[in-house]
Amino acid sequence: MSALPTYRPGTSPLHRARPGVAALYCAVPTAVALLFDSPLALGAMLAGVVWAGMRSGVGDQLWRAARFAIPLAVLVALVNPIASRRGLTVIWDGPTVPLFGNFDVTLEAFVYGAIAGLRVLVVGMAAALFSATVDPDELLRLARRIAPRSALTASLATRLVPLLGRDADRLSEAYALRAAPPAANGLRRGAVLTRALAAGALERSVDMAAALEVRGYSIRSRRRAGRVRAREPWSVNDAGFAAATLCVLGLAVALELSGVAGFEPYPLLHLDAGPADLLGAGSLAFAMAAPFGLRHHRASHLDEETE
Amino acid sequence: MSDLLLSARQYSYTYPGRPEPALAAVDLDVREGEFVLLAGDSGSGKSTLLRAACGLVPHFHGGEVAGTLEVGGMDTRENGPGDLAAVTGTVFQDPESQVIMNSVRAELELPLESRGAGGASAGRAVEECALALGIGDLLDRQTATLSGGELQRTALAAALVTQPRLLLLDEPTSQLDPVAGDELIGLLRRLNEQTGSAVLLAEHRVERCLPAADRVLVIDRARLAFDGTPAEFAEWAVEHAPRLATPAARMFSLAGIRPLPVSVKQARDTLAGREGSGAPSPLETAPVAHAERALRLARVWFEHEEGPRRPALRGASLELWRGEAVALLGRNGAGKSTLLRIAAGPLKPARGQVEAAGDVALLTQTPGDYFLNERVIDELPPAVGMAALAELGIDHVAGADPRDLSGGERQRLALAIVLAGRGIGGGEPPAVIALDEPTRGMGRDQKAWLARLLRTLASRGSAVIAATHDVEFAAELADRCVLLARGQVVADGPAREILSGGLYFATEVARVLGGESGAITADEGARVLAPRPASMAAA
Repeated sequence: MSALPTYRPGTSPLHRARPGVAALYCAVPTAVALLFDSPLALGAMLAGVVWAGMRSGVGDQLWRAARFAIPLAVLVALVNPIASRRGLTVIWDGPTVPLFGNFDVTLEAFVYGAIAGLRVLVVGMAAALFSATVDPDELLRLARRIAPRSALTASLATRLVPLLGRDADRLSEAYALRAAPPAANGLRRGAVLTRALAAGALERSVDMAAALEVRGYSIRSRRRAGRVRAREPWSVNDAGFAAATLCVLGLAVALELSGVAGFEPYPLLHLDAGPADLLGAGSLAFAMAAPFGLRHHRASHLDEETE
Repeated sequence: MSDLLLSARQYSYTYPGRPEPALAAVDLDVREGEFVLLAGDSGSGKSTLLRAACGLVPHFHGGEVAGTLEVGGMDTRENGPGDLAAVTGTVFQDPESQVIMNSVRAELELPLESRGAGGASAGRAVEECALALGIGDLLDRQTATLSGGELQRTALAAALVTQPRLLLLDEPTSQLDPVAGDELIGLLRRLNEQTGSAVLLAEHRVERCLPAADRVLVIDRARLAFDGTPAEFAEWAVEHAPRLATPAARMFSLAGIRPLPVSVKQARDTLAGREGSGAPSPLETAPVAHAERALRLARVWFEHEEGPRRPALRGASLELWRGEAVALLGRNGAGKSTLLRIAAGPLKPARGQVEAAGDVALLTQTPGDYFLNERVIDELPPAVGMAALAELGIDHVAGADPRDLSGGERQRLALAIVLAGRGIGGGEPPAVIALDEPTRGMGRDQKAWLARLLRTLASRGSAVIAATHDVEFAAELADRCVLLARGQVVADGPAREILSGGLYFATEVARVLGGESGAITADEGARVLAPRPASMAAA
């Protein structure tokens, strides 16, 4: 089974949201994570993404993505305390290396590294949520009306990724079936297979480009793309996700401007974690979760009406 | 006279960097409503002609062109694939590389969007095209979850949705089982009759398409060697290119019966009209002595992690014996590839036993998966490499890039990579040699060569098993056939018994003669028919 999250049609509110809105909803945790250092805000975003994934029925896909994102986050968390010379609270008195200087590890650098790792985790999980719940065809259709050539590249890339994944599995199997496999070493084997996969990818790309040509894709450059499906009106579900996206962004900006949930890593750790700060971070998570809660309430309400 | 859709005048084309032309001085007309079968050996120029007709040659591939080729009144030198797509719909061999979007509906909508089509007519076109091709239920499926047959139908639907006047098809049945292949040809004929679209179809399995065709073209070494009706083709092929003749036509020719048939029905009618016709005398089936067991699969279960949540194998049991050649038959998705991969080791069964008396060598479906180097000789162990290439008749390409080889040469090289030092080029042969769809893209001569090679390997003590959709190849290769359906062995017996008397898993000769004779190849069929007096045969 592929480690990369892939879109499967679903009936969850996020699956049914119009693709542009759903994409922005999935992108907003990334924006917050890249703009703010506060661990409270990052934690709230992570909780919001995980909640959204579970309510969308893609928790297993998020978990598979986490198995790659967590080691990467730990790596990032470990690099910062070694590389950074900032902070005053020394927790490990490291050696002094000529030319490179002192390798003391400070509590501040360690915590800041952990926050950088948390940021990586939020971005990774938000990307997984996006891949698993937003229909790429719909999104590409939207993009084609704005930037046809970029959309063409994206179309090929999204289709090639699973194809190359299957090619890699087949190449690996064929390698093991050779009468005399050329290299037993894992690293060398990986290099040989990667080279073969790259050669195959070129052939695949050429074949797919030829298929696009004969389907008349190049006509687009001379004509405006048609709209095969009728324009759908905005639903309450769409409005809910759009409002949640704006709400999360607005709240994050307000928190930053007001200094609520403030965080200063250097020279000494300082984290505002009073009731107002916790309430502010909680609001971010609540805003992410709200479209699902609203839907649940509406569904229950409809059931009651039916009864 | 109906409209001229394709017109070639002294058309020649040479791929970049190649000394010989791929098409040489071709003169050809295709008119609206014609169903044209394009026959010829591998590498003869069939695919190049189709690529020229859709504009990929020369606009996509480059190269040198001489003469003229007009499609829908457009000169292919001045109009590229985008322009010609207004007239043509094209389907290539490999469906995986020509399905671009993630859902079937989006795949069908893409060509319409590209042409600026919209609104209700576009929605209707998608729906009607999907229904016509029997993929209405697949419209909302993700293309990554489709089987090979479903993908091929989706690619065909994407080519048809714009209602092209000329449909160009390059071996569209090569990955389909006999049932799906026959259905597809029937469907193309129905569309051709109902919409008036012309069809230009390149295909190796001539016998499958000949009854549907109005006209046959043969390309031989880049030149148009024949252009005529199916009946004229049958006569021409047995005399000038027996490798292209259908099994029924060869059988009639060998038995001295005329006219040569272009379909099973016509062949049966001819035989029924002969004096003294009756049930042909049955051939004897020699009993096969089983000396030593090479492989035993007992009640094997397996379920793939991806795809449909049903077991690929459901308690399948099979025994193979040294010295025998077995054909493994079944529809797409029946579990053939899974069974071979479990026998050879890449997959482990969820339940059941696998016992092998030694090595199990497996050649998987795509020869290109075995190519890791830039020279053929570097793919093989140095000690036995040249000997293996010589034994397989491809030592002349030892210095070439494996990816530049023809389809048949690629298959031979992949076989060398799997068996070098294990029966090919020296060494002890493995207990079992398993091959998954080894004849894809091969002409009849190459298939006959492969069948002979595999029988030789079996005679050296291996058990040979080949999963195949090609019943004619199965008849040439196998002593025994195993039919798999829904993950279970549903029939296991002598090839003569399994390949005769059925509708789909029967050779053309067996369908002509009926199951009683036991004849499954043209030679056997001629032997069954030959005892009749010469005067009758001449009649």
